[in-house]
Amino acid sequence: MKKLLLHPAAKPATFIVCLLPFIWLFYSALTNQLGANPAEALIRATGDWTLRFLCIVLAVTPLRVISNTPALARFRRMLGLFVYFYVLVHLLSYSWFDMGFDVADIVRDIIKRPFILVGFAAFLLLTPLAATSFNAAIRRLGAKRWQMLHKLVYLIAGLGLLHFFWMRSGKNDFAEVAVYAAIVAALLGWRVWQRWGRRKHPAAPGPATATRLQ
Amino acid sequence: MLIKTDHSGFDHAVPSDITPQGVYQQRRNLIKLMATGAAGATIASWAGREAMAQAVTKPGKLAALPGAKSGVAGAVTMEKVTDYKDVTSYNNFYEFGTDKSDPAKNAHTLVTKPWTVAIEGLVKQPRTYAIEDLIKLSAQEERIYRLRCVEGWSMVIPWVGYSLAELIKKVEPLGNAKYVEFITQADPKTMPFVGSRVLDWPYVEALRMDEAMHPLTLLSFGMYGEVLPNQSGAPVRLVVPWKYGFKSGKSIVKIRFTDKEPRTAWNKAAASEYGFYSNVNPAVDHPRWSQATERRIGEDGLFAKKRKTLMFNGYEAQVGQLYAGMDLKKFY
Repeated sequence: MKKLLLHPAAKPATFIVCLLPFIWLFYSALTNQLGANPAEALIRATGDWTLRFLCIVLAVTPLRVISNTPALARFRRMLGLFVYFYVLVHLLSYSWFDMGFDVADIVRDIIKRPFILVGFAAFLLLTPLAATSFNAAIRRLGAKRWQMLHKLVYLIAGLGLLHFFWMRSGKNDFAEVAVYAAIVAALLGWRVWQRWGRRKHPAAPGPATATRLQ
Repeated sequence: MLIKTDHSGFDHAVPSDITPQGVYQQRRNLIKLMATGAAGATIASWAGREAMAQAVTKPGKLAALPGAKSGVAGAVTMEKVTDYKDVTSYNNFYEFGTDKSDPAKNAHTLVTKPWTVAIEGLVKQPRTYAIEDLIKLSAQEERIYRLRCVEGWSMVIPWVGYSLAELIKKVEPLGNAKYVEFITQADPKTMPFVGSRVLDWPYVEALRMDEAMHPLTLLSFGMYGEVLPNQSGAPVRLVVPWKYGFKSGKSIVKIRFTDKEPRTAWNKAAASEYGFYSNVNPAVDHPRWSQATERRIGEDGLFAKKRKTLMFNGYEAQVGQLYAGMDLKKFY
């Protein structure tokens, strides 16, 4: 497993796998396979994939620690950038296919639908994280400050879930929201538990040591 | 100045606004003459071409249910009819799931035979109709209506049915009957999502008596020249073209005449969002989104701007007078 993760092709392979949902959506849109309302299908699917990648990237550290596989940390930055990629496509799909890039319409819509404002806030908060994802930025900020900044992801996850919850509340349909909320709660809960546990057993490796492996 | 674009949709005028009554009645006599073969062949072929333009292709999936061309004002829009595939795969029918692809997947379990519709409440002739008898109660007509969903999308659907007024006249409502309530099927054995907490089952909708009596209010048994597919509300449903789609109850089992405004399903779920009237109105937004525009399914491509929603879904000339003097912001 570790050999596989350290293989030179591991990163390019992951990159392609992460791009598959996008390629599939793009192909479906071109070949008119997105059903009766392709705009809605694209907006919803890219939103779903943003949440999924957010869950995946938040799972990296717990998985790495639990399975004692430091090599997993190599993939965290790319997965995080894919969260940003899918949210960007999500935002573009909404502004283009739903709003026709009409800024006045978008502003009116955001006022009407606060859940869009919440989603947009999450996107804005994610932007500095994506912008500081390269090594030079980490060096310039210093590991401590960079880490502080990237803790924003926990807030972003909360906003993303609220955005999804609010959107689904129109139909009183919370089954899927509950699944994502449970996953995020488990991943964040594990971190809280780690901190609490680390205080009791100072020798246990915490998430802080992991980031240095970047 | 009112500038018409491709996105503003088709605006119906009342024929009498344009043509004096005497003139169009003469034309109708001419058409009658043609039907009996008395008029010249040239004019007959011209009339035939007109009829062809309106022809709706049968999908060939279900039993045929032909309907004669409707003479009701505003009943046949000239807009492009939405593909049968889109109309039958993109549905809101929560008894079969909340995703719009769910009804097409799940509604095959619905049992539509035998089916009865009970007429109850404030009527002289309460009775239960077998669906076979209800279909024969009046001549079937084809009506091509716009359908505007409260969610902001629209379709153009060729329904087959007759004016609900035909049934109402037969059962003779009492003088104190002010509302008509439509109770739809709620059978947990055949409808997998009945029992989910999304709505209070059965799904109930209602109209004011004058709305129910309006000739455009259709009791529908079919679409595209065939009987209704299950996901579209087989075997009998309501179609009220000037109101948001959810007002048109599917798979109706009971029609009740009452003196009090009934509580309707979505009104019970969220009274501040879904009013009793729920007339299509671009000037009155849903609390959580704008109702000014809509996406025409299958027509407005990915890159097209959404088209403007019309007052009363474009049926203002026909139904506007029902709401004369009413504050439509208050009675949304």
